[in-house]
Amino acid sequence: MDKFTKVTGVATPLMRQNVDTDLIIRIERLVDNVTREGLGPYCFEQIRFKPDGSEDPDCIFNQEPYRDAPIILSRENFGCGSSREGAVWALKGMGIKTVIAPYFGDIFNNNCFQNGILPVALPIAEIEQIADEMKASPGNARVTVDLENCTVVSPTGRVIPFQVDARRQHAMLNGLDDIAQTMSAKDKIEAWQTADKTARPWVWL
Amino acid sequence: MGKALFDKIWDGHVIADLGNGFVLMHIDRLLLHDMSGGKALKEAIEKGYPPAQPRLTYGTPDHTMSTQPGRTEKTYAPGEPLILSMRETTSAYGIKLFDLGQDGQGIVHVMGPEQGLTLPGTTLVCGDSHTSTHGGMGALAFGIGSSELVHVIATQTMVQRKPKRLRASFEGALLSGVTAKDMILHLIGELGTAAGTGYSVEYAGSAVRSLPVEARLTLCNLTIEMGARTGMVAPDDTTYEYLAGRDYAPKGAMWDRAVAHWRTLPSDPDAEFDREHTIDMKNVAPQITWGTSPEHVIAVDRAIPDPSTGPEEKRGAWEAALRYQGLEPGKPIEGTKVDWVFIGSCTNSRISDLRAAATIVKGRHKADHVTAWVVPGSVRIKQEAEAEGLDRVFLEAGFEWREPGCSMCLASNGERVPPGKRSVSTSNRNFVGRQGPGARTHLASPAMAAAAAIKGAIADVRKI
Ligand code: SF4
Repeated sequence: MDKFTKVTGVATPLMRQNVDTDLIIRIERLVDNVTREGLGPYCFEQIRFKPDGSEDPDCIFNQEPYRDAPIILSRENFGCGSSREGAVWALKGMGIKTVIAPYFGDIFNNNCFQNGILPVALPIAEIEQIADEMKASPGNARVTVDLENCTVVSPTGRVIPFQVDARRQHAMLNGLDDIAQTMSAKDKIEAWQTADKTARPWVWL
Repeated sequence: MGKALFDKIWDGHVIADLGNGFVLMHIDRLLLHDMSGGKALKEAIEKGYPPAQPRLTYGTPDHTMSTQPGRTEKTYAPGEPLILSMRETTSAYGIKLFDLGQDGQGIVHVMGPEQGLTLPGTTLVCGDSHTSTHGGMGALAFGIGSSELVHVIATQTMVQRKPKRLRASFEGALLSGVTAKDMILHLIGELGTAAGTGYSVEYAGSAVRSLPVEARLTLCNLTIEMGARTGMVAPDDTTYEYLAGRDYAPKGAMWDRAVAHWRTLPSDPDAEFDREHTIDMKNVAPQITWGTSPEHVIAVDRAIPDPSTGPEEKRGAWEAALRYQGLEPGKPIEGTKVDWVFIGSCTNSRISDLRAAATIVKGRHKADHVTAWVVPGSVRIKQEAEAEGLDRVFLEAGFEWREPGCSMCLASNGERVPPGKRSVSTSNRNFVGRQGPGARTHLASPAMAAAAAIKGAIADVRKI
């Protein structure tokens, strides 16, 4: 897994609620033979492009300075809906490193941590203020998300702490792979299974 | 203090405490489908992890093939590589695949309970958010992403953090025209799509107890639409009656042992929940969604909501939803012209759903301008329906009778509602573009969808 320590860059205010994973990536793109790495151009295609395939200039992702921003600011329940991990791969393909929202869809949240994208939960009032600071700037505003210290630094220099599970923080800072960690508990798994075969034999087909 | 159903199953599956609230938990059943199954198996194998427990793993294709009568994996060409890869990887490791054209094939969340693979008290995962469906059998079931899927293939375990507990109790008798679909849509309308985030849900109360298993599956299916990964109904005699004799269910003395264990699972009377919500069934009418989120739902005899009178923080979302859906606030939703009707999906494609729709359709004909599809949830359901003559009822009414699969629930197999067209669908998501780019979806029960096809407009099933 990719490591994540700190990112500094432009933050795009996509200030809607319930940004669902269908909106982030259309399911067809995951059926068509597009590779994980190749999903970036299709990320948010329903709002980035008009039906004729041309860019929609009203969409914030097509406006400067947000075009290559590594951070997204959003409202409640970002990443709700379908479990498709392609949503995270698409965000990654678009260059997104972290998403800041009040809270996230549970499955999306897990998927982010599996792919080195950091979901940061902050109160909506803080996010709105960061968005205002971004918009008020002629393009030189930057946001920093620091996983080691668990802080977000707003464009005006306000330092806002956030919380992250210690286990996930450690795995992400070090780019640890979950499977390898679990495999180190192989004996425990096998012991559990042996006992369960006696306790609940009907489960074991 | 007593324990809740959820805690009993959860605690019984903890292999190791990993600290900070995380546990390593055993997974009893892994279900695979064509969208992610073959890819995940390949990825695990390439990483050097062959499937840990192939005999606890089952698969069926459902997402990416055509549902056209006479279809093969070639009918929808983009899906073919996914189906072939699933076939190849499952057969290499002796994983049972209910393949296209075979007995048992169907939508993965229909297949599990139908085969008796989904058992009370088990943990079950699948790379699909509607895995919560299996909770209707009293299983702890949740959807996972692709990386987690590879982890389960490799280790038969998951790293999980325990969610909080929410109990939703439905009390009283179901009024006329009301189904499990209406109950869950009503609940999501009251609580919103994010109420369940970080929670597991238990559905309880006299109305839930009275539901047959298929309706409980519908109820649990939409759990993810209020943000919770898992929802469940305590197993009881209704569950055991449904399960007895199914292909993979325990038999004989083993069955008796299993039932004795399952009877210990329901929440203790003094079990505590982090949140409780009660719904009086007197207030639950047939529902229909109006917007682009499952929480955008009203009783069918109500007017389309006016954003200017709605909660301030939702105003923008409501306005955008009405614009996308092409609806005017304040007008009755009943009578809104409909172009497509889709009866199917893991929410509502079981035999009881098809019977409910057929009861409305029988002896009538769909409106001329409507395209109406019935997509049974599995090969067995299709055969059962045909044996009862339900296919004739639908065909004579001008509906299409198709092969089992996800179809227009998600439109990942090329079957789409055209842009700008309005659909009444028995599926579970009315997101922007879910049934195809520009498609306008209204979620409802099978009987409500059938009524819409007959009237050519959103209709109140109680008036038919
Ligand atoms: S029917 Fe729809 S919701 Fe159910 S598994 Fe298929 S695509 Fe997912």
